Amino acid sequence: MPATLVQKIIARAAGKEAVRPGEIVTCQVDLALLLDSGGPRRIWPRLKELGVGVWDPDKIVLMTDHFVPAVDAQSAAILKLTREFAKEFRIKNFFDMQGIGHVVLMEQGLLQPGMFACGGDSHSTNGGAFGCYMAGFGAIEMTGVVVTGEIWMQVPETIRVNWDGKFPNGVVAKDISLHLCRELGMDNAFRVVEFGGNTISNMDMMERTVLTNMAAELGAETGLIEPDEITLESIRAAGVEPAVDALEWCSDPGAHYLATHEFNASTLAPQVAAPHKPSNTGPADDYCDVQIDQAYIGACVGAKLSDLHMVAEVLKGRKVSKGTRLLVAPSSNKAMAVAAEDGTLATIVAAGATLLPTGCGACAGLGAGILADDEVCISSTNRNFQGRMGANSSQVYLGSPYTVAASAVAGRITDPRDML
Amino acid sequence: MSDSKIIHGSAWVFGDEINTDTMAPGAYFKEPMEVMAQHCLEAVDPDFAANVKAGDIVIAGNNFGVGSAREQAPMALVYLGVGAILAESFSRIFYRNAINFGLPLLIFPQAKEIKAGQLLEVNVLEGVIANATTAKTYKVEGIPEHLMHMVDAGGLMPWLKEKYEQSE
Repeated sequence: MPATLVQKIIARAAGKEAVRPGEIVTCQVDLALLLDSGGPRRIWPRLKELGVGVWDPDKIVLMTDHFVPAVDAQSAAILKLTREFAKEFRIKNFFDMQGIGHVVLMEQGLLQPGMFACGGDSHSTNGGAFGCYMAGFGAIEMTGVVVTGEIWMQVPETIRVNWDGKFPNGVVAKDISLHLCRELGMDNAFRVVEFGGNTISNMDMMERTVLTNMAAELGAETGLIEPDEITLESIRAAGVEPAVDALEWCSDPGAHYLATHEFNASTLAPQVAAPHKPSNTGPADDYCDVQIDQAYIGACVGAKLSDLHMVAEVLKGRKVSKGTRLLVAPSSNKAMAVAAEDGTLATIVAAGATLLPTGCGACAGLGAGILADDEVCISSTNRNFQGRMGANSSQVYLGSPYTVAASAVAGRITDPRDML
Repeated sequence: MSDSKIIHGSAWVFGDEINTDTMAPGAYFKEPMEVMAQHCLEAVDPDFAANVKAGDIVIAGNNFGVGSAREQAPMALVYLGVGAILAESFSRIFYRNAINFGLPLLIFPQAKEIKAGQLLEVNVLEGVIANATTAKTYKVEGIPEHLMHMVDAGGLMPWLKEKYEQSE
């Protein structure tokens, strides 16, 4: 029987010929991503309680990104414990302050099509852009993974989302994600979203991960994109040879989808999500009377090298509006290094932006860039829940890096196409 | 099965799309649970954490637990004594986390019929919800069998403990 990509991966990981949606299976995990947030500090005490170690240190990838750099004694202690865990359990894939885990995973070439991967963070869906199963789980569940190397799954249904056509100038993957939050809603639990169409096959991997990253906002189990030459090129660029069967990890012709949605990218306008949820979305123009105090470029979804390039494209020869602050926290050290080399950071800083350290930062309500009562922010991040970035009465709008940068220049929410 | 799967308590009623940031706010992430739990859901109901009693039942609309994977969200509810959550639907990670802490969840399509403060008795195995205030009874899906062993054991940790003690 023809199967969708996720069903094929789950069947392989469960050691079965085939699986059907709704079936409960136990999968062997190929890669477990642990972060400083819900990783060792929550898992290690439980390993001690159980009197056991980790199942396979070579399949665990550990990163520090939420509490970096330490801003107080508590965050310093969390980071210290994370480093001690890496040493104690000989985790060789330990990346300390190298960037946000989901982005570093891709930069290191650690994801391959067909893999079954679990991450201790909801935006682990990011990895699905590589044609693998990667989804987020809580720390308690990751404890089980780290101890046993397996996890139970209810085989999800698949929703296919096709985008075809060429983007208008200034419209990017983030606009698709925000639009989809409104169109598909945020309540797609126990389903996966498979993205396709020529708009997506023309995107680079950084843009593709924006779609799978925000499958989390759709409430989906995860998002997946079938691998192609661009996927393999990205793995090779990280110095890793793609798996020999990499391109075979695709949905079968005639596979059953719960639903198929078709969209046209050529008519999409830049999108903005208003407080307090990502599905509260409309064209950026609808919000052009909203004055902003802060513009924030950050997070796994919104401060990769491609995002920094968008910001610089807008800021070149312009200044951040007086009375507005623009904060930029690149997603990884590598993005920071390349952006320093190619002049992107110089443009951003010359425009009056404040450069922040790499890390999850204010997106998760940690680190620098927290909002005061009643302050208004537009952000390239993925969530705008009430109080997430600071005071309960603060207001967070979401937009693409283009839209955030243009809004910083105007001092109010702006359609970036006026500046491109 | 033990009587602990029959839960009695007052209803605390919430709306749609209650997210995990409001249950476990990032601002208290570095604090111990006794501190964080006092801020659980304060953005939507400032009285909840101080007044919820052991066994009380959280009623909610769709997509309860949307957002971050943080396990402190169900942990805070367990810490405050919440006996069960009945919602129109749950987010996937929250659902899995809650079961892993032995906190029973039922999908309850008629959740909006329940009013704050009404007295409920819930049989989470059978999926029977009795509203003592209105004398109305509802039948929903009980907790799936494959998850019941986890809830019965009290969550993933006690379950893993049983597993590793047996194998020794």
